Amino acid sequence: MMKRTILFAALLALLVALPLVSSNPAHLNLAILVLMAAQLGVAWNLLGGYAGQVSLGHAAFYGVGAYTSTLLLLNFGVNPWLGMLAGGVVAAGLSFGFGWSCFRLKGHYFAMATIAVVEIVQIVFTNWEYAGAAVGLTIPMAQRGWGAMVFADKQPYYLLALGLLLLTLAATWAVERSHLGYYLRAIKDEPDAARSIGIPIARYKQIALALSAFFTALGGSLYAQKELYIDPGSVLTTALSIKMALVSILGGVGTLFGPVVGAVVLTTIEELTRAAFGGSGRGTDTMIYAGLIVVIAVYYPSGLVGWWHERVRRSKNKRAALATDAEAAA
Amino acid sequence: MTAEILLQTLASGVLIGLIYALVAIGLTMIFGVMDIVNFAHGEFLMLGMYASFWLFALFALDPMLTLPLTVLMLFAFGVLLYKFVIRRIIDAPMLSQIFTTFGLMILLRGAAQFFWKPDFRSIENSWVSGSVKLAGIQLGKPQLVAGLGAIAVTWLVHAFLTRTKLGAALEATAADKEAAQLMGIDSNRMFSLAWGIGAACAGAAGVLLATFFPIFPEVGANFILLAFVVVNLGGFGSVTGAFWAGILVGVIEVMGGLLLGPQYKLAVVLVLFLGVLMFRPQGLMGKA
Repeated sequence: MMKRTILFAALLALLVALPLVSSNPAHLNLAILVLMAAQLGVAWNLLGGYAGQVSLGHAAFYGVGAYTSTLLLLNFGVNPWLGMLAGGVVAAGLSFGFGWSCFRLKGHYFAMATIAVVEIVQIVFTNWEYAGAAVGLTIPMAQRGWGAMVFADKQPYYLLALGLLLLTLAATWAVERSHLGYYLRAIKDEPDAARSIGIPIARYKQIALALSAFFTALGGSLYAQKELYIDPGSVLTTALSIKMALVSILGGVGTLFGPVVGAVVLTTIEELTRAAFGGSGRGTDTMIYAGLIVVIAVYYPSGLVGWWHERVRRSKNKRAALATDAEAAA
Repeated sequence: MTAEILLQTLASGVLIGLIYALVAIGLTMIFGVMDIVNFAHGEFLMLGMYASFWLFALFALDPMLTLPLTVLMLFAFGVLLYKFVIRRIIDAPMLSQIFTTFGLMILLRGAAQFFWKPDFRSIENSWVSGSVKLAGIQLGKPQLVAGLGAIAVTWLVHAFLTRTKLGAALEATAADKEAAQLMGIDSNRMFSLAWGIGAACAGAAGVLLATFFPIFPEVGANFILLAFVVVNLGGFGSVTGAFWAGILVGVIEVMGGLLLGPQYKLAVVLVLFLGVLMFRPQGLMGKA
């Protein structure tokens, strides 16, 4: 345990110091994208991984977060830090409607209903004049610094993304160790048994969803502050929802660090292929990205973390078997 | 709003709904037989459109003439896709199934963009162009032919399922895989047949659409969402259910567009879809 803590602290120190080591803006930008994707994956995992509810509609919460903080800033001058919190609260509030309408559905029906929710929200925002409609909203660069959460260079965004990821990880870690975590796993693995011993399934699913929505919305607000521009096509798409799920699945659903591993692998591949082939405009980068998704989904169905655990367990079993054989021989 | 506009809208809703039904039939069949939702289904439609476009552009062969050929090509493509990819994920968790077909969706779109560029293309002056006036309603010939063609293909699929031995075997596998296997039905063969027919139906829909709808790599996205809705409403696995639900969705879509404006037509369909799911989670026509 001690060893693990030291290792973790060292890793953390390295992560914080990273932008000081490399001043290459492309590297820094990639690191920020990885951290942001990881944070969304970890947030998605709260519901999709631990409670086993495959949502393909999380972009709705992301968009609500981005739009809430931006609209509050533009129309009422609300500080983005407060706006971010407000976005999280609004998304968590709206998640009750989302859960009420979708949780009675199972499996594929649930997944498809969540896609429908995002598409509806996208149509609403595309036609809503107050929210900038299809044109979108631009955040002015006039005020900069930590108070306004707007920066001219990338380093602060890196630290913000890292901080948000750590916060989301900490929340997931707390959930994992609480009663809620045990209930959620019971609901995922044995829903009927969980119901029969009196676990209020609907309530715990909803709590997981609200937490997941809250953190997803924080990610949306951070995106708005980083890009200084949002529109329905960038923050309210099914493709975005799917990416949140994808990093979790690639890394390993229902594990604390799975989505982080998935985000590192997926985002790096995505950005590198885009840099290498994206300029041609011929979809080469998309093809490589998609081909990898298929290969991973087909050959590593339990994700990279799951695959690693399996390997470790197998080699341990092998060693144990060898030891027994040796004993028997003696 | 005059009665004429209302009738006109209804007719065009029914016609486009028949296409939705044709796309959804393959989707619902694949789901019914093997419990897999095919996110790449819209891409079969896209491939069908491109096939008829190139046969038209390169050899001046009319889409209606090449329809059987295109359908055969798509059938083969569906079978190959099953043999090389889908077969490996039959027993995988639902999540990896979703992401395999989702990955295939992006892969096929990327491939179309790679080979045929992202431009919008169209087929001009095919055999079916112009319009006809039927009982006071103006109807586009391409739309009319597409609707009738969709009915014909749907009827063929239905006849195959209900009147042939192979079709009965497919239905048996959908009803109970293990029992069908005990009766000597090779479920692996049935699965590849379902993928072949599914791809062929979507491809046929693509050909029928190609005479009046722009052809581009992402065209499948417009249809897959509606096909999901149709499959849900018709009950997963039900071909007849998908047929009626397709028409219903087409009509709701155009009526929603007429009443609230075209930008909201998809939202109207999706809201109704969520509403129906809440009260009948098994779909409008699915069995409880």
